[in-house]
Amino acid sequence: MEQLSVFIQQHIEMIYVVILSIFLGIEVISRVPSVLHTPLMSGANAIHGVVIIGAIIVMGKAEAGNYLALVLGFLAVILGTVNVVGGFVVTDRMLEMFKNKKEKK
Amino acid sequence: MSSILSIIYLIGSVTFILGLKMLSKPDTARKGNLVAAAGMALAIVGTIFLYESEGAKLHNYGWIFAGLLIGTVIGVMAAKRVKMTAMPEMVSMFNGMGGACAALISIIEFGHLAGNSGSAGAAAMIKIHQVGDMMEQLGTSSREFMEQRNLLQEMFKVDYRGTLLIILLGLIIGAVSFAGSVIAWGKLNGRVKDFAFPAQHIVNMIVLGVIVILAAALLIHVNDVYPLWAHGGGSATGFNLLFYGLLIVSLIYGVLFVLPIGGADMPVVISLLNSFTGVAAAFGGFLYNNPVMLTGGILVGSAGTILTILMCKAMNRSLKNVLIGSFGGSKSGAVAGKEQGAYKEISLSDAAVVLAYANKVMIVPGYGLAVAQAQHVCHELERLLEEKGVEVKYAIHPVAGRMPGHMNVLLAEADVSYDKLLEMEEANAELPTTDAVLVLGANDVVNPAAKTDATSPIYGMPILEVEHAKVVIVNKRSMKPGYAGIENDLFFQPKTSMLFGDAKQVLQQLVAEIKQV
Repeated sequence: MEQLSVFIQQHIEMIYVVILSIFLGIEVISRVPSVLHTPLMSGANAIHGVVIIGAIIVMGKAEAGNYLALVLGFLAVILGTVNVVGGFVVTDRMLEMFKNKKEKK
Repeated sequence: MSSILSIIYLIGSVTFILGLKMLSKPDTARKGNLVAAAGMALAIVGTIFLYESEGAKLHNYGWIFAGLLIGTVIGVMAAKRVKMTAMPEMVSMFNGMGGACAALISIIEFGHLAGNSGSAGAAAMIKIHQVGDMMEQLGTSSREFMEQRNLLQEMFKVDYRGTLLIILLGLIIGAVSFAGSVIAWGKLNGRVKDFAFPAQHIVNMIVLGVIVILAAALLIHVNDVYPLWAHGGGSATGFNLLFYGLLIVSLIYGVLFVLPIGGADMPVVISLLNSFTGVAAAFGGFLYNNPVMLTGGILVGSAGTILTILMCKAMNRSLKNVLIGSFGGSKSGAVAGKEQGAYKEISLSDAAVVLAYANKVMIVPGYGLAVAQAQHVCHELERLLEEKGVEVKYAIHPVAGRMPGHMNVLLAEADVSYDKLLEMEEANAELPTTDAVLVLGANDVVNPAAKTDATSPIYGMPILEVEHAKVVIVNKRSMKPGYAGIENDLFFQPKTSMLFGDAKQVLQQLVAEIKQV
């Protein structure tokens, strides 16, 4: 129990961020028309590609001789990049169609 | 962390929030996506050049840039080439890659726990430990020396449990998300069939229990195993095996989690896995004390969960029902026992006459239209009928296609005007005054069993009440049941007639016929 309260003390800022982010996420999404469900899902999918930053850090810290870390880190960077880049491009493609429509109106 | 990087991360977090906000409004959606992408690019570049850990900058730039380049090429090619109909699969695949990325980070960071024995201080600790052991063997050990040694080791000791917990959570969630997304991808493109076996939920619970037990065992023992020098620099083979066992069991759970869920519920599952990956990314943020990963991940985690619930609501089902309901494999028996009535077919020219002389026509597009890439010819039909003075509207069920909103995207691609697309409630209000309904490759969303048959798996799902219209023409490839695998009573009703064939061909022929009417 004591360890838990110490942990909370040490990470109080992060816990704030987490809790406020949860409410923010709920608030931002809750009034979305069903037309936009697919692009929104796809856009959110691209945003969680922030893991790429973790992959870059892990890759950049790997020591020259540590082949496991190098190879896995490299793979992680590739996968993370596909998630980010592919996610944003696909979302843009979906939304492009909506936009064309608007301009003609 | 440099102060510039802190500011960059702050900007990144704000763009994610703004991006999501703008994505939820049609007018600003596209800009919102670009705003979030710009913030992401900034955060990535900032991390590469400005990130510092214990005063050291990152290295291995060659590897990093090669990885980014390869990933970008693959990502752009995949995203540009994918057909609009295959979009849900694509999103699922990208999501799986994010999950795999999170799991890989955990695997490497787990290796770094043991790697703590690589530093100079650790090497000295190993020496001191070995000296102590030697003295004991020689019988020259003194109590004072041993006390000092133990004291020194206590000083260097860290509690590994917090870090390991975060690593394990990132691993489990990332692996489940990856395996689940791959299965969802396979299911959507037909490579993986629905698969359910008896007592599957019990098996799933057991697998989940194994995950918890393995993770608990790792957490309990981590401070005994690490730091390795406390044991004279030994290895931790058994401990590592336990960790990789956990990885494998998590992957298995991901597969088992998605396998029994029926194809019609796949969008919900993808959305759920999407929020899983968000949470996995947030654990990475905890691990590196990285605010942009934390906010981005949590934001997607909570927004994804809400989106999942909204989708469930659109189908009038609870999330629990979707996950436990085992939509796919189990109902074939129920259908077989039911008497199938007779259906009647309609010829193309008759269908053309019905449509051309109607006052109001409602088109109900479904996945069949999408697969046949018939959205453009469908738009042509709509224009032709309008020229003849027929009022044409589209009735869009919230889950038409394979993902909510999928059909709107497809019809927008074909230049169908926004105001012709009716949402379900509007459409249902107009259906009783509609002369002819043209159902194009839709099935479950017009199945009256959802209202009348309490034993039906889709019972309770709101549907388009097309049976209230005067005439219903259904275009399908065959009498095969729809994606949810359920027989549709609508097809056997007297006011319904069937027009078999590929949606695109049928529509082209229909257009030709109507021109002659």
